[in-house]
Amino acid sequence: MMVYITALVTGAMFGAGLVVSGMTDPANIQGFLDVTGAWRPHLALVMMAAIAVALPFFQWVLPRLSKPVYGASFLAPLSTAIDQRLLLGAAIFGIGWGVSGLCPGPAIVGIAYLEPQIFGFLGAMLLGMQMADRLPLGSEKS
Amino acid sequence: MIEASIFGGLLIGLASVCLMLFQGRIAGISSIVYRAIFELKFESWALTFVIGLALGPLLVATLNGPAAPVFDLAWWQVALGGLLVGFGSRLGSGCTSGHGVCGISRGSARSVVATLTFMTTGVVTVFLMGMLL
Repeated sequence: MMVYITALVTGAMFGAGLVVSGMTDPANIQGFLDVTGAWRPHLALVMMAAIAVALPFFQWVLPRLSKPVYGASFLAPLSTAIDQRLLLGAAIFGIGWGVSGLCPGPAIVGIAYLEPQIFGFLGAMLLGMQMADRLPLGSEKS
Repeated sequence: MIEASIFGGLLIGLASVCLMLFQGRIAGISSIVYRAIFELKFESWALTFVIGLALGPLLVATLNGPAAPVFDLAWWQVALGGLLVGFGSRLGSGCTSGHGVCGISRGSARSVVATLTFMTTGVVTVFLMGMLL
């Protein structure tokens, strides 16, 4: 039971962070990417602040811990390869991010606003994930 | 908005720390959403996390938070954007959170490259849309 409560609280904390920082608004994302126009630098601040908290933990605290509070072990992505799959995936992701000003976190948070466009985006996103799974490259377990 | 950006970022970082500390997992939203929808029987907590995410605005609204975001995209942007974000995050094993925040914090070269790549194509996309539309 506690595993679900902590997951819920952690998710809410993450969601609140996206709302407070305005990152749920597509205009702020597209504004950040619009470096030759009316640039909005806030996304960089959000990422730097998040990294300022997470980096010391991942670098110096995590290596001293043996296992998570719930679960048998810490799971990190196994792959270290900078391959075609990673580059192509990230490049395509960035195009979609620029086109819509949305990525998975803000899109889920957006459900709370009951906006038709958010549901359309999420439907298309899940379809896109399924399409990637059906590529002959094979699916990679993350 | 500078203070709000920093405060929001701190919350996101703290949540990423908590998810690793409690669940032992990277806070990569694209992967968690994928598990919550398609692999729930393996990772039952993922759905609870996703529900928590969607509760974020309700929490902040009670604190007199910022105005609700405006969703006035064209529908082709919604459909194409969603499709490419889903496809690309699955193929590239991550999105802004997993690569951009957690991956960089872990010192993963893969995530640094992925983040620079999607930032670049995002900038080019917005530039081209500004020119053509």
